[in-house]
Amino acid sequence: MIWVALSTLLIATLRSATPLLLAALGGIFSERSGVVNIALEGIMLSGAWGAVFFSYISGNAWVGLLGAILVGVLMAGLHAVASIKYHADQVVSGTAINLLATGFTEFMLNRIWGQAGGSPSVAAIPNVGGLSLFVYLAFGLAIVSWFALYRTPWGLRLRSVGEHPLAADTVGINVYKMRYAGVLLSGVFGGLAGASLSIGLLSRFVHGMSAGKGFIALAAVIFGNWNPLGAMGATLLFGASESLGTMFQIFGIENVPTQFFAMTPYVLTMLALAGFVGRSVAPAADGVPYKKTT
Amino acid sequence: MPNDSRWKQVLKDGLEALTVPVLATIVGLAVGMLAIIIAGKDPVAASRAFYRAVAGEPRMFGETLVSTIPLIFTGLAVAFAYRCGLFNIGVEGQYLMAQIAVVVVGVFWTPPPGLAWLHPILALAAGALAGALWAGISGVLKAWRGIHEVINSIMLNYVGLFMADWLLKYYLRPDNSRAASFDLQKTAWLQQGLIEGSRLHTGLWVALGAVVVVWIILFKTSLGYEIRSVGFSPGAAEYGGISVAKSLILAMAISGALAGLAGAVQTMGINHRFNETAAFVGYGFDGIAVALVGRLHPVGVVLAALLFGALDRSGPMMQAMADVPKAVVWIVQGAVIFFVAAEGLWSFLKKRRVKKEVTTA
Repeated sequence: MIWVALSTLLIATLRSATPLLLAALGGIFSERSGVVNIALEGIMLSGAWGAVFFSYISGNAWVGLLGAILVGVLMAGLHAVASIKYHADQVVSGTAINLLATGFTEFMLNRIWGQAGGSPSVAAIPNVGGLSLFVYLAFGLAIVSWFALYRTPWGLRLRSVGEHPLAADTVGINVYKMRYAGVLLSGVFGGLAGASLSIGLLSRFVHGMSAGKGFIALAAVIFGNWNPLGAMGATLLFGASESLGTMFQIFGIENVPTQFFAMTPYVLTMLALAGFVGRSVAPAADGVPYKKTT
Repeated sequence: MPNDSRWKQVLKDGLEALTVPVLATIVGLAVGMLAIIIAGKDPVAASRAFYRAVAGEPRMFGETLVSTIPLIFTGLAVAFAYRCGLFNIGVEGQYLMAQIAVVVVGVFWTPPPGLAWLHPILALAAGALAGALWAGISGVLKAWRGIHEVINSIMLNYVGLFMADWLLKYYLRPDNSRAASFDLQKTAWLQQGLIEGSRLHTGLWVALGAVVVVWIILFKTSLGYEIRSVGFSPGAAEYGGISVAKSLILAMAISGALAGLAGAVQTMGINHRFNETAAFVGYGFDGIAVALVGRLHPVGVVLAALLFGALDRSGPMMQAMADVPKAVVWIVQGAVIFFVAAEGLWSFLKKRRVKKEVTTA
């Protein structure tokens, strides 16, 4: 009995951690390159829509997956151009993109399927060994991302651009190019995160289905100290707190309000930031537009 | 006359400040028109529906003002913090906590006979205080530990959302079947009917009062001077003997109080209760747009709030009258914010002006 409960809990944890981890990895690449990305929520939502749209028109879930990446990259591209080329306030630009994504996906739902609540069912990515393929993808990519950031020259360059762009520029690193790479990667990962919701967990798009997960992913980026493995730990913790809440309810333990479990990721992140859990240090140039002086 | 040229300068500065927001609004509306055309709907019918919805009749205009009131507060809130270099993205959470405080005062406290007039005042004060305290957490953490207020206030938004939900479900509603709190006592309501047939309520006067107070604080008091100095350059302000920490905390708290008033006025004037909510109402995010389009100036905020209030109001009406999807409004709002944010996009205008000045010199 206890083993059944534990394995159910583990599976539920992995399942809720997956979209968070994918989005968080995207956030890490973007912020490590020096661009704050609160647009993750909108990128994820558009990705979820893109996955369903391309799966719908092609009848093939893998095309849907590529479509999610494409739409995610386009959304992230807007953020990239505004904040890198035009030195926009990155928080404002991110907010605008979140709004745009809500409007765009809702508009397209209406336009294509003539309904407001959600899309019809489409082909979904299959499960492997009882778990969504996205679970393996997310945790595999976390390790790949860690390797890319900390064990390759490219990762070193990306991080240097986020820490001290002027110094990086001086030694011949193309700051703008690296930042575009970081932000566009957040589109790839954000798109995948969205797909993991729409053609992973379900097989359809539902209005506003990212439901704040992009912001929890942002919390995981910070709680995990802008490190892919840290973010992996954070999303597992957040996923467990969500699953524990449901488990408690199933077992009839109701004197712990579910709202407290829902709050956990945010409260933990604030405590981490305040230094009570461990120090969290953002890349030094995160959020600062770089203007090349010639 | 020197006075004359001073006014000319004010006018010129004003016009210059308006260039980007006006351009952004025009492009934003054009994007919306494009969306309407793509949707295969009639843009002329949509425009007519927009006008009728927003100002077709006095009562329609009254309803537009109803949508404008909370945006004046949240726009002022974001603008005030921004003047101190702080980005208050936590207005949504402050709004929710204020609604809870208003319910506590408006439901559980009964004013003694003859003191009924005190009820709305105390309820407004409770809302402002709750907003100030919730925002104050971000202000204190910023001043004390240097933690970025954007991250903190996003986290506090969600903590506020779940906290409000928990308080509502366990303590503030009459029974489990109801998705809203107890009703406010009538003495705590803001009276409706400023324009007949609309729900326009006396919260409008509170909002306009807040505009004046914010203008005075920002431009006529030493506190405002200090806050603006810190926003301009914290280093220089500190060197000039201004306590940066104090300014940050106060600016955030005042910003939160304004956000709280938004929630209080909406609860007391329109809803008369706190409705269960699974997501944010969006006034806080719109407030960011209102503040930026209004160029962080109280008067600009009122104008921008009218624009966004009209957009909010027109959504359902355009859907009903011209079959235009409501989502078009979100697209317009997002586009306007985006084009204001990417101010550099418009730099070609400035460049041309500079060139002209150089050649005429």
